[in-house]
Amino acid sequence: MGGSAPVLRLDGLGWSVRGVPIVQDVSFEVAEGEFVAFIGPNGAGKTSLFNLVSGIHPATQGALYLDGADITALPVPARARRGLGRTFQTSSLWPGLTVAEHVRLAAQAAAGPGASYRIWRRAGGYRQQVEQTLERTGLADRADDPAGSLSHGGKRKLELAVLLVGDPRLILLDEPMAGVSAEEVPALVELIRSVHQEQGRTVLMVEHHMDVLLGLADRLAVMHHGTLLALDTPDAVMADATVQGAYLGEAL
Amino acid sequence: MSTVVLLACTGLGLGALYFLVASGLSLIFGLMDVLNFAHGALLSVGAYAAWWAATDGGTGFWLAVVFGTVVGTAASVLLELALIRPLYVRPRDQILATVGVGLALPALLMGVWGSDARPFPQPAALSGTVGLLGATVPVNRFVLMAAALAVLVALRLFLARTRYGLIVRAGVEDRAMVTALGIDVRRAFTLVFAIGGAAASLGGALAGLYFGSVNPSQGTGLLIFAFVVVVMGGMGSVTGAAVASVGVGLVQQFANYYTAAGLGDLSVVVLLAVLLLVKPRGLTGRLA
Repeated sequence: MGGSAPVLRLDGLGWSVRGVPIVQDVSFEVAEGEFVAFIGPNGAGKTSLFNLVSGIHPATQGALYLDGADITALPVPARARRGLGRTFQTSSLWPGLTVAEHVRLAAQAAAGPGASYRIWRRAGGYRQQVEQTLERTGLADRADDPAGSLSHGGKRKLELAVLLVGDPRLILLDEPMAGVSAEEVPALVELIRSVHQEQGRTVLMVEHHMDVLLGLADRLAVMHHGTLLALDTPDAVMADATVQGAYLGEAL
Repeated sequence: MSTVVLLACTGLGLGALYFLVASGLSLIFGLMDVLNFAHGALLSVGAYAAWWAATDGGTGFWLAVVFGTVVGTAASVLLELALIRPLYVRPRDQILATVGVGLALPALLMGVWGSDARPFPQPAALSGTVGLLGATVPVNRFVLMAAALAVLVALRLFLARTRYGLIVRAGVEDRAMVTALGIDVRRAFTLVFAIGGAAASLGGALAGLYFGSVNPSQGTGLLIFAFVVVVMGGMGSVTGAAVASVGVGLVQQFANYYTAAGLGDLSVVVLLAVLLLVKPRGLTGRLA
């Protein structure tokens, strides 16, 4: 995958809870600008793996490298500041804050801890950055509405806006289409495509809809019982006999 | 009519006092899920510091109020850093620790200055009365109302207009998400504790003016009603706390006067029960 050093490298990464392995011995590399989609049945460990990468759960085995630096022991905020951004499987926003305030808070966070905690400066800064991001994600006309009033698709867009304003280099999307109505899906897919293809950001995404993935993903990763079963081009994965047997046959 | 006006002003003055205690309590619980049972003790620290400055220290009233507020704020920051902060991962121990401080500090004050109420020096300018719609109302009621109003406006501006305020509001709704964004939300905790302690100790200093004296159990007595206000207003909502404070103060005064003395407290509890039955999440619909 290109000649450059990998953006992300997992080396035997695992997570056990009270001796029960949830994620086991996962190793792979992701190159700059690559789009890797994660599939697998419910409970296969996809979200847990994302939680390990973003730092929500501490890895109990193996190591994790971002741009060659060992980030295995770093907490969530430190990983986020190094350019790692993620969305969550369930919509996770602040319903009482307005759409613009969400993006402003994210812009504050992206500007670094110093900027976030400079007291008594009006929060009105970052205006241009906030407006651009809202424009890009198609939320400009909802800027002053509380996030709680948005549709599912609107909330997903807002999550992406919150993620994108910080311009993370590595983006983890956990089922970004979940709960989104059919007519809202194309706009979201287009937004994700532009982030990946036009801005060249590296994207890891958990998604169940194969039709969405096949146009986007450079590689497909198949998770099963907490292990990485296969990681290859979509065509190769679909043709793989192990995958057919263990996942596609079983879950579909 | 004059009785109604006097009762209303006294109720609003008392409500102002409740708000000064409850606003910080509400923000502290809303942001960090800490039930701060030591909040009443912070009020007492402010009250005694102000009283000490005004008597032994020999300062004027306003300087004594400032001194009491500064000492109370310092005490709350110390409390957060030394006792609350190490216990965020052990919430039950944290509650016990604040209960302990809430008992120990008044006991300490009692040990040093005795359990009797100490008269609080009333400045000449504030000890008089004003005529309002035929009623004769003590000036200190209006001082409390003005102080509470100033704190309410300042808090609202802080929450709406500053970066810290945005972090606090988001943190009240979902703290984990703020952390996921890369903001170390704990840095806001100390500030919110300081703000809460400042408001409570200002309330303590002004309570000396309102009651005419300070005593070690004043803070704990006010804390109970402050908790009622916090639950009624919705955890983490400053505006909800303000509305609930006014309601509680007025109901208490009017019930005490028109029924039997002591029924005021009971009617506050009834008010709380009715509100929670009708609106289980408090006035603002926040999680209670």
